[in-house]
Amino acid sequence: MNKQNKEPLVHIVKRGAMPWYKAWAIRGIALVAALLLCAVITTVCTGLDPVKVYDTMIQGNFGSERKIWILLQNIAILLCISLAVTPAFKMKFWNIGAEGQVLAGGLAAAACMICLADKLSPAMLIVVICAAGVIGGAIWGFIPAFFKAKWNTNETLFTLMMNYVAMQLVAYFTIVWEVPKGSGKIGIINQSTELGWLPQIGDYKYLLNVLVVVAITVFVYIYMNYSKHGYELSVVGESERTARYVGIKVDRVIMRTMLLSGAICGVAGVLLVSGTDHTITTTISDGRGFTAVMVSWLAKFNPITMIFTSFLLVFMDRGAGEISTVFSLNQSFADILCGVIIFFIIGCEFFISYKLSFRKSEKADKTEAGEQSDADEKKEVKEDV
Amino acid sequence: MKKITALLLALVMVFALCACGGNSGSKIDTDKADFKVGFICLHDENSTYDLNFINAAKAACENLGLSEDQYIIKTNIPEGQECYNAAADLADAGCSVVFADSFGHEDYMIQAAKEFPEVQFCHATGTKAHTEGLDNYHNAFASIYEGRFLAGVAAGMKLNEMIDNGEITAEEALIGYVGAFTYAEVISGYTSFFLGARYMCPSATMKVTFTGSWYDEAAEKEAANKLISDGCVLISQHADSMGAPTACEKAGVPDVSYNGSTVDACPNTFIVSSRIDWTPYYEMVIKAVMNGEALDADWTGTLATGSVVLTDVNEAVAAAGTADKIAEVKAALEAGEIKVFDTATFTVGGKTLDSYKADVDTDADYTADTEVISDGAFNESVFRSAPYFDIQIDGITLLDQNFG
Repeated sequence: MNKQNKEPLVHIVKRGAMPWYKAWAIRGIALVAALLLCAVITTVCTGLDPVKVYDTMIQGNFGSERKIWILLQNIAILLCISLAVTPAFKMKFWNIGAEGQVLAGGLAAAACMICLADKLSPAMLIVVICAAGVIGGAIWGFIPAFFKAKWNTNETLFTLMMNYVAMQLVAYFTIVWEVPKGSGKIGIINQSTELGWLPQIGDYKYLLNVLVVVAITVFVYIYMNYSKHGYELSVVGESERTARYVGIKVDRVIMRTMLLSGAICGVAGVLLVSGTDHTITTTISDGRGFTAVMVSWLAKFNPITMIFTSFLLVFMDRGAGEISTVFSLNQSFADILCGVIIFFIIGCEFFISYKLSFRKSEKADKTEAGEQSDADEKKEVKEDV
Repeated sequence: MKKITALLLALVMVFALCACGGNSGSKIDTDKADFKVGFICLHDENSTYDLNFINAAKAACENLGLSEDQYIIKTNIPEGQECYNAAADLADAGCSVVFADSFGHEDYMIQAAKEFPEVQFCHATGTKAHTEGLDNYHNAFASIYEGRFLAGVAAGMKLNEMIDNGEITAEEALIGYVGAFTYAEVISGYTSFFLGARYMCPSATMKVTFTGSWYDEAAEKEAANKLISDGCVLISQHADSMGAPTACEKAGVPDVSYNGSTVDACPNTFIVSSRIDWTPYYEMVIKAVMNGEALDADWTGTLATGSVVLTDVNEAVAAAGTADKIAEVKAALEAGEIKVFDTATFTVGGKTLDSYKADVDTDADYTADTEVISDGAFNESVFRSAPYFDIQIDGITLLDQNFG
């Protein structure tokens, strides 16, 4: 055997396209492995029956009609923000400012609810709130895009910092509008009159939110896959130079896409402020602007797959809350379980894209002529790529 | 080996708990066996404030013989729609009464109360029950200003001791106070503490700073450090983390804590702590709801109901005779001989206050609506349970008003 060319025990080979059932089988195996590891952790650390713990997680999400609606509501908001960041990601514009864009939209909506409640007719007020929220979010998305397009600023830093600006603005207006003075909270806006609240469909508090987000999902899917805009932004994402060469105005595509991205975040802000919480706080988005990044990436920017990934993350989160309530465990323990499961799910994508190739045993080496097998192996690698 | 022992120990404890649960279940009538109580907490046990509630909830349920599956405690519930969802979820789960512990939960509790008229919703520290007009929505608080006054007495005695020992001059008797927000609940708290301290040490003055959050360990620690570097020789707080006490322990500055004893973490600086014991309130409400009795819109616990309590005095740090003095002043407070907000003991802008209208009925314009001074004292927690003393008295300097 040639010592210089000694083959490592394991080497990583990129896979070709894998049939969908195989990919899902790998994901399934990862999930099962994650659940098994969590079961071991649970038993060792708490002495609880892991099956009961998992059952509680499911109960926490589907245990009652209300719980199912809360699940749907949370999925809707997370999905909405994930859909918002997706066109920008596809364009390789790293928008991690969704948190701020949601806050900007929400703040604009809250401002209208507070300042215009007695100046406009109820129906007109809703229209103004929706418009203000969408514009607020869009502006917050547009600013970093404008600077990126004109002066090639770093969008990751810019959008990140815009989050803090939005947060401080909300903190400032909380002090302006707080009730009672000094308490640091606005409380429910127009609680007795319900002015500026998005209408409720029948008895279903969150149905409107869900329907709006379903519509946005369909829209983003069509926009990304079947529209000229969608094509242009994917070309910009692949290669800016190519895009320029074929006559796409890259600046305009960046600004246009971020306007859309911000506007959809604005919708999420309106749904939160005017449709759900009826107040504004710095934490109203609850980190979902960042979770959305994960949802979008896990789904490989496919809006339909995002429904499942956002379901997964919300399911875990709600389940974790239920575990800590039912078994009076600290929330951190539930978070550990979620962390393990998410780690496995993200990790398994590696095995879908790559495969591990083990060194053949010496016995196998002996039966084949050394050089011939080397050549064969090289061929195999090529085919795989 | 250690791990196996721990595991075995854990298992034994689990079984022991199960056994306890089984025993206590037999204490109550069979028709009350499906009675359920729900609790909503802003944070979890890591917050001294929430820990105080959680302990009271468990104690009340145990005292009344409720088994472990008859009460549900939801922790880490933010002050938003999640609170409504949690309250409605508890109502769905069959709870006859739902408690919430944080000021910002109030509006969402009211929303749930409107939707579930057959369930009682009780909100600690809130202000709106007496104006909302709902039969099933209630506020509760305690006359914690009396507890803080007593804690202030301990602080004043410590200052006197420092003056007598020549560590500081009388003019240097400066107290530092870390507050959360700038509204009445906090103002009433630090003012009563200050009046208690000045009751013992007339030359005392105080500086107050605000963090703008109920629970922000880093900010509270930073605030305490800033106060200490500004020359404060004693620190107290109205914020819920261990930030200020640990900063004091590190700097060696005596500390009057809140919400419970911090003596374990701060043996060299902890003097005493006042807190509200919610157990009597929880027991009263749960019993009333079990028996189908109506509840008042507001309930104010007092020293007499056992709702306002002080921890043991840490003799290693406190001035000699502190415990006796506290007992003496406590008796005088209960007898009405001393009033915390006696208008003869403080001035506002150099003048004695003989009339003040407070914003008792909460509204967006902060309209002052109720005369609260009579018989030479500010009548705190009389017109509603939550404090409404929001006056800046002489002797207290606010370092920042960032959050108000």
